[in-house]
Amino acid sequence: MPFDESLLFVFMLAAFLGFELVRRVSPLLHTPLMSLTNAISAIAVVGAILIAGAKDASALSSVLGFVAVTASTINLVSGFLITDRMLKMFKKRESGKR
Amino acid sequence: MGPAIQISYLVAAGLFILSLKWMSSPDSARRGVLAGEAGMLIAIVGTLLRHEVVNFEWIMIAFLLGSAIGAPLAYLMPMTAVPQRTALSHAFGALASALIGAAEYYRETPHGFVMVALVIEMLLGFLTFTGSLMAFGKLQEILPGRPLVYRGQNFINLGLFAAAAGFGVALILSPEQTWMFPVFAALALIFGVLLIIPIGGADMPTVIALLNSYAGLSASAMGFALDNKLLIIAGALDGSSGFILSVIMCRAMNRSFTNVLFGAFGQAQERAAEVEERPVRSAGAEEAAEMLESARLVIVVPGYGLAVAQAQHKLRELYDSLTRRGVDVRFAIHPVAGRMPGHMNVLLAEADIPYEKLFEMDDINAEFAQADVALVIGANDVTNPAARHDQSSPIYGMPILNVDHARTVMVIKRGMSPGFAGIDNELYYMDKTLMLFGDAKAMLTSMVKELSSVRA
Repeated sequence: MPFDESLLFVFMLAAFLGFELVRRVSPLLHTPLMSLTNAISAIAVVGAILIAGAKDASALSSVLGFVAVTASTINLVSGFLITDRMLKMFKKRESGKR
Repeated sequence: MGPAIQISYLVAAGLFILSLKWMSSPDSARRGVLAGEAGMLIAIVGTLLRHEVVNFEWIMIAFLLGSAIGAPLAYLMPMTAVPQRTALSHAFGALASALIGAAEYYRETPHGFVMVALVIEMLLGFLTFTGSLMAFGKLQEILPGRPLVYRGQNFINLGLFAAAAGFGVALILSPEQTWMFPVFAALALIFGVLLIIPIGGADMPTVIALLNSYAGLSASAMGFALDNKLLIIAGALDGSSGFILSVIMCRAMNRSFTNVLFGAFGQAQERAAEVEERPVRSAGAEEAAEMLESARLVIVVPGYGLAVAQAQHKLRELYDSLTRRGVDVRFAIHPVAGRMPGHMNVLLAEADIPYEKLFEMDDINAEFAQADVALVIGANDVTNPAARHDQSSPIYGMPILNVDHARTVMVIKRGMSPGFAGIDNELYYMDKTLMLFGDAKAMLTSMVKELSSVRA
């Protein structure tokens, strides 16, 4: 595959966009932010599916793919769920009083 | 790749960007999670529809297994353990990335640009995997939190990294030499372990953020290898997020990256012995409760010790009781309070303290001068005035909370032992400071009790 330099442009723009977006996140939410970005980077599951589901997959790459899909799924499931669990705790006023 | 799949990836990338954008405020943050979930679902469905994917059984089993492990991990983790969970998920993410890289290598034995991307992906993936496991071990206290240092450590670490990178370059030049691959992987794995061993518990917030960044960059490199722009974007977002957070943490401690990684800060310093016994003023819960009751503005400075003592909920009771009496109670959160960026906010939010009462250091530091009482619970170094003026102090230059500007300072503390960094805190010897000796939870409990009896 020849080198496609447009990928570097995509990377650079995304990195700058990431800087600008994350700078605007209140420090109040830095912990949920980290678990959210964790979950988002579990998008590696896409690569893992391509390995695990390939037609010509050898035994080795099937095993590696299986472990990778499992690890990414753990991340995306637990990442999104715990982010939401934390965000539910942030309440404005006494509304959450029991 | 058909256009429909490309569009699904494009939509997913857009949703991920919106997801981060909505995290900027607590009002829209939960929408951000939804956007992220939707993006993930669309990307996964799009990928499953690709014609290269033909074997589904194992993928489905892996989905089920991953969900079965992931869901309890999210629901059962106590909030104090969120840093450990985060370290663990960096390890999983990095492992996935490294293994995908390995599978690609063995399948295609690619050359040139793709191999460069694969080597970067695997180098970051393998070292982040073991590094994050070490961070997990330290946070979970399976491993000693103190830094493990030995002579020539930096030399060995740099040498190891150079060797791993060297084998990486050799693999790029001649990918057919498959014997080099396990050596490369092993070197990267060992380097990850040795990189984290010398880093002390106090530096974990920075390290977690840095590992977050590496895991993201590894996923991004995978995007280059697989020619997948969605992976590049998501990985870059994660990478820059982790990087910013680690910069914030470093600044909050007035330290540089190199210093965190190679400085082995947080070692027990023998200086504590040199400090002579100086008199302190101490008080009991009753006196403290009276002073708090007659105050107009009270600023609470919580530290990780508060969470260790499981005293957040008692603190909330104190907050309720004082608020009912018309006392303005605010919370000053130092950026490094807790074990990861923003951790203290989550712990207080869990105890139902409204988030508008939680203030960042820069927003509240000017308010201390108006405060009648600054109540320090389980925090130490971030309140030490020595950071402002004592050039010989190891924490000199670190931004601190201006607790000493308050009219009265109360410190709840077990004893006079120095903090994480082993530095004596001169705040404790000031005339305006009252030491409340005892366990944070027990002390807060008796303060709440005193307050309710005052009313009766």
